[in-house]
Amino acid sequence: MIEYLQILGQEVYKILFLLVPILVSVAMIVWLDRRVWGLVQKRRGPNVVGPFGLFQTLADALKYIFKEIIIPASANKVVFILAPIITMTLALVAWAVIPMSEDLVLSNINVGVLYLFAVSSLGVYGIIMGGWASNSKYPFLGAIRSAAQMVSYEVSIGIIIINVLLCVGSLNLNDIIIAQKDMWYVIPLFPMFVIFFISALAETNRPPFDLPEAEAELVAGYQTEYSGMMYAMFWLGEYANILLMCAMGSILFLGGWLPIMDVYPLNVIPAPIWMILKILFLFLLFALIKAIVPRYRYDQLMRLGWKIFLPFSLIYLVLTASFLFYFDKLPKGNF
Amino acid sequence: MIVHSIFFYFFSIIAIFSSLMVITSRSTINSVFFLILDFISVGCLFIMVGAEFLGMILLIVYVGAVAVLFLFVVMMLNVAEQKQSWFIGKKSTHIPTGLIVSVLILLELLVVVGGWKYKENVMSSSTLFLSNISNTHQLGLVMYTDYILYFQLAGIVLLLAMIGAILLTFRERVGVKKQSYLNQISRTPLTAVELKDIKSNEGVKIDD
Repeated sequence: MIEYLQILGQEVYKILFLLVPILVSVAMIVWLDRRVWGLVQKRRGPNVVGPFGLFQTLADALKYIFKEIIIPASANKVVFILAPIITMTLALVAWAVIPMSEDLVLSNINVGVLYLFAVSSLGVYGIIMGGWASNSKYPFLGAIRSAAQMVSYEVSIGIIIINVLLCVGSLNLNDIIIAQKDMWYVIPLFPMFVIFFISALAETNRPPFDLPEAEAELVAGYQTEYSGMMYAMFWLGEYANILLMCAMGSILFLGGWLPIMDVYPLNVIPAPIWMILKILFLFLLFALIKAIVPRYRYDQLMRLGWKIFLPFSLIYLVLTASFLFYFDKLPKGNF
Repeated sequence: MIVHSIFFYFFSIIAIFSSLMVITSRSTINSVFFLILDFISVGCLFIMVGAEFLGMILLIVYVGAVAVLFLFVVMMLNVAEQKQSWFIGKKSTHIPTGLIVSVLILLELLVVVGGWKYKENVMSSSTLFLSNISNTHQLGLVMYTDYILYFQLAGIVLLLAMIGAILLTFRERVGVKKQSYLNQISRTPLTAVELKDIKSNEGVKIDD
């Protein structure tokens, strides 16, 4: 029993060692997002609190903590409180399988990709529950929009993942990264990378696909009735999800923790730094797109998902499979 | 091993409790939430016995897609909370149907478990050999080789069901303007603007 408790203690220590950096980096990434947004619009962005305004998010979080939590009288209280908790938990739980280097990973499971995909597809529940429990029309409409949007884009993300898996022959995330030693999959599967990136924008409700919270039509979508810390949890969960999608993109297409080239000055830089750099690169693209591109109309969004991305990624899947089969490059598998 | 059984009982108690709550809960939304909890705990049980692929697929397909649609439908229907439990109500038509279905399921379970208890090799597949390869690979080895026909047939049945559902709800709406992206993009100033001489007191008809 004592031994078991010791193991448990070690695991809790490891989990804290993973979670605290993620929460801090979520705070930093919110600052980066606002900063990039400001620079694109020729503003300065947040630059007052701390050096370069780095502590702006901490100040915001403090403000949210001390604000009153208002629960609408007609809301379903249990579900209302559960919704932000679920969003936050699911966004953090997925990080358990993200490898920062060959052995710096909390749990190196066989079905890592499926786990990531499952957790990201559960993310829709926080939004639906929040929207329904608020018992008000704008949150409900926002939640329904968001559910439809996230379910549709998951389909194309799934097929893109199958594309990558065909080339690797394993569902393990470390295997996927090691398989990209010679060439990152962004080169042979470039169209899939573009579609993955756009689907990730839609999956995380980022502009230009932030229809669930289109303020001109729906006030703030599913978050309208939320206040104080509960709103902050939605918000942190959203950014943790965005970081997760960036990590997924860098694992599937940009070679994860591998250096750009296996030459002397580059391969001494430790693997986690490469992973972080790639996540940051993808996040910068996310932030730039938020600043540059105007919002989509809802029917255009659905058309893009079902009529363009789905057939295109299916065709590309057939092409990849036939190419691998014809040139006898199908992975032999390690069994 | 004791930890293993603690986890097993933890997940199975949650699974049984939530499946009871699915059928006894008064509000339909709560039923769907308990259904989701049930799926998740059954998925965890799958992972515990080492069938991690099945567990994850259960999470992705049932929790990530099917239950979302359930929730969607239940929310849109806005079914009011039932004041009385369904088996107390006067004329309940659910009981005979429910009984038939549950008796059938019980019989099926009896047949399956009985056959498997009677002779070990009745139910086991001859092609599936247990070794140290992961169960995802094992599934892949038999799915597209020995069982390709059943797999494809199941896919076709699902496709037909989908087409049928779309066909049932499809209606041609008249008088609706559709946006054609090709026409929009291929417009030039020459084709977009039309100059007309308008005669006095006659006007001009636009938009037809």
